[in-house]
Amino acid sequence: MLGLCDAMNHLDALENESVYIFREAFNRLDKIAMLWSIGKDSNVMLWLARKAFFGHVPFPVLHVDTSYKIPEMIEFRDRMAKEWNLNLVVGQNRQALAAGMSPDQGRVNCCSALKTEGLKDLVAQGGYTGIFAGIRRDEEGTRAKERVFSPRNESAEWDFKDQPPEFWNQYKTDFAPGTHLRIHPLLAWTELDVWRYIQRENIPMVSLYYAKNGKRYRSLGCAPCTGSIDSQAANVAEIIAELESTNTSERAGRAQDKESEDAFERLRAQGYM
Amino acid sequence: MEANRSPLKIVIVGHVDHGKSTLVGRILHETKALPDGKVDYLKAVCERRGMPFEWAFVMDALQAERDQGITIDTAQIRFKTDLRPYVIIDAPGHKEFLKNMVSGAAAAEAAVLVVDAQEGVREQSRRHGYLLHLLGLTQVMVAINKMDLVGYDQDRYQQVAAEITDYLGSLGITPAFIVPVSGRQGDCIAAASAAMPWYQGPTLVEGLDRFTASQPPVGQPLRLPVQDVYKFDARRIVAGRIETGRLQVGDSLVFSPSGKSARVSGIESWPSRDVQSAEAGQSVGITLDEHIFVERGDVAHLASQPPHVVNRFRAHVFWLGRQPLLAGNQYKLKINTGSHQVRVETIERIVDVETLSNHQAAQVERNGVAEVILRSRTPIPLDAFADNQLTGRFVLVDGFDTAGGGVISRDGLAAARSAPRSTNITEVSHTASMQTRWQMNGHKGGVIWLTGLSGAGKSTIAMELERRLVRKGWQAFVLDGDNVRAGLCSDLGFAPDDRRENIRRVGEVAHLLTQAGLIAITAFISPYREDRENVRAMGPDVFHEVFVQAPLSTCEQRDPKGLYRKARAGEIPDFTGIHAPYEDPRAPELIIDTDTMSVDEAAEAIFGYVVECFQIKA
Repeated sequence: MLGLCDAMNHLDALENESVYIFREAFNRLDKIAMLWSIGKDSNVMLWLARKAFFGHVPFPVLHVDTSYKIPEMIEFRDRMAKEWNLNLVVGQNRQALAAGMSPDQGRVNCCSALKTEGLKDLVAQGGYTGIFAGIRRDEEGTRAKERVFSPRNESAEWDFKDQPPEFWNQYKTDFAPGTHLRIHPLLAWTELDVWRYIQRENIPMVSLYYAKNGKRYRSLGCAPCTGSIDSQAANVAEIIAELESTNTSERAGRAQDKESEDAFERLRAQGYM
Repeated sequence: MEANRSPLKIVIVGHVDHGKSTLVGRILHETKALPDGKVDYLKAVCERRGMPFEWAFVMDALQAERDQGITIDTAQIRFKTDLRPYVIIDAPGHKEFLKNMVSGAAAAEAAVLVVDAQEGVREQSRRHGYLLHLLGLTQVMVAINKMDLVGYDQDRYQQVAAEITDYLGSLGITPAFIVPVSGRQGDCIAAASAAMPWYQGPTLVEGLDRFTASQPPVGQPLRLPVQDVYKFDARRIVAGRIETGRLQVGDSLVFSPSGKSARVSGIESWPSRDVQSAEAGQSVGITLDEHIFVERGDVAHLASQPPHVVNRFRAHVFWLGRQPLLAGNQYKLKINTGSHQVRVETIERIVDVETLSNHQAAQVERNGVAEVILRSRTPIPLDAFADNQLTGRFVLVDGFDTAGGGVISRDGLAAARSAPRSTNITEVSHTASMQTRWQMNGHKGGVIWLTGLSGAGKSTIAMELERRLVRKGWQAFVLDGDNVRAGLCSDLGFAPDDRRENIRRVGEVAHLLTQAGLIAITAFISPYREDRENVRAMGPDVFHEVFVQAPLSTCEQRDPKGLYRKARAGEIPDFTGIHAPYEDPRAPELIIDTDTMSVDEAAEAIFGYVVECFQIKA
């Protein structure tokens, strides 16, 4: 007899947990939306949402467009949105762009203005009380300390020093008016888990991840601040093999993290993903 | 190592400054889990700040933590051995950060309790040990750390080992290994220590490899708490995660508390596949063959293995709230997918985790542990934690915050009265308080429960007591066995189950009369101790058990209703004292011996007792 999965392996366990988290948020929160960065993690997140809701994505998908994204990403976004019947909402901090905001003004400043502020505007406009974000604990030290349901105050700030307790799959779903929740369905996944799942489920990805001429992107962001790495991995299987033997961190190519010792922590406390 | 193996989740707990983060940093280094350059980077940071390198900095990645030198929150960090991958949850030891420790420990499959070799067992060593026990974690290893600071002394190791073994032993936890280590120097972390040739046991990492990974509880009774019901298309899909057990297409499911049932007609999936069965750990969507009303919070199960459905239960809670937990307060209880308003009926005892002694108190302070009785306005499907960890635990929400957690005690659960069948029941609160009614009546309300053999004199004494109280101007009313059997309980016979239901109903009515401010006097044989205790549990503060005592021979001789004669002749089956047992009260509030007392004397004695107990003292 065919079971839902024959023996619960690691990817099954992760998938089932993520589906549970999606369904909890969908049931407990009035207005939810998902952040879609077009990167591999948020693509996996979209896939998991469709698993949770039997092929549907029953909430808007938000993309904060900094205008500095790599063109292939935008092309992929528009194609998938159509194919998967997504309710895509694109936001942009036009005011800051008009005032000339760019990485030349400081990378952290630029991230704050175009991503964090752009996101806050989108959340405010939509009146969302819950935002799905595809962050993972293994990415970086501050994300390691995140909760699955993580409250943000009126200014979208994260109080990492006084986080609510979270245990036994009982998530924080009660909160004061004006505050909202970030929900992290992929928190327990690792970069390798994500790629193994992409392989197993055959999930479409932006071609930038696959090596061309000895270079590929391991993490996608804005063109000026995201570097490619030396790699011969031209398909998913090769990327998995590469990751199994690497010892450098995934965000090594992200310039904004390195401006100061706590650059990323400060970005996150202010409301960055 | 199998690529697809799930990591074993371990939590590192222990008293502040006993070196947990240092130990973890060292484990990561020894198992080569750190990214290239991480240690060099942190060394450079330390140099820039003019401080010696700390292994703990690896874990304490947050700026604020580096500044204060303590771990604020639970971090999750990975490493692997030749056997399998691990996720370490590093839990902070500071007392005020207990909520983070619980957030970590609750998800763990095994624990390492770190104890400083110099300081020995301290308050949080015990508190964390107690919480591991409360959370149901049984795979525990002790690391006696900072052995370098005690000269790697075997005697000191043995002293500390004995101390922690004693404490854990009294909780029923036997540590799998007690490993002497030095996080700072790297002794006995991944390789045997030359400095401690006297230690022959496994290293810390070897010890971890000997723990077993938890398996989804597929062998237990089916519990599928309903998370949501979807209607995205023509299908009506009931969604939820199977917590324990398994189900297959065609199974007949019962949904508690409503008791409605239907068969599983399909197990849905996307992308669509033909799925016939599913089991514990899986988030499923099922369709049913009948259109029954099902909602979030219902628990689906097989008819043969139901959960308890109760309004009142006993639990051990740990409290993390800013405000203390108070007896009488209302909280939101979340269990699986259900939410219920509960009131803390009583705080039975506070557990002192230092000494494991108990004391009474009206409130549970932050970080405290207590045994409480909770009462819900709505029926809750649940299991005892000892029977099913996943459906036997809950959290309490105070305002917007999760303020505590608890595990459900088996004690009293089986005998608890089952909650109403209908789900459309929400108790309404009276606006006039019991105290107000007592003031108006000039006395308190309560239950005088007379129990004893037929012919012992219960009815006679009850009526005489009622007469005297009413003449005094007090509100009193007798519920008599034969009288209620004519109406309230006319559908019941004398088999044990019927007797139990008879007593339950009378107990409920007596309880209602009490709430109305009256003194309810009951005259029932009520032969079973457990039945009487259940009635007592409905309102322990107002229940007075009076044992009306007379030898069987005396009762049979009196035989006022001629029942003993009929029973002896075989005309009445199940007659108490002849064919059915009578269980004496163990600790009645009052004993009336009618073998030696006249009716008047007996009535006078009980009247004096009632006036003493029920009068309102100035």
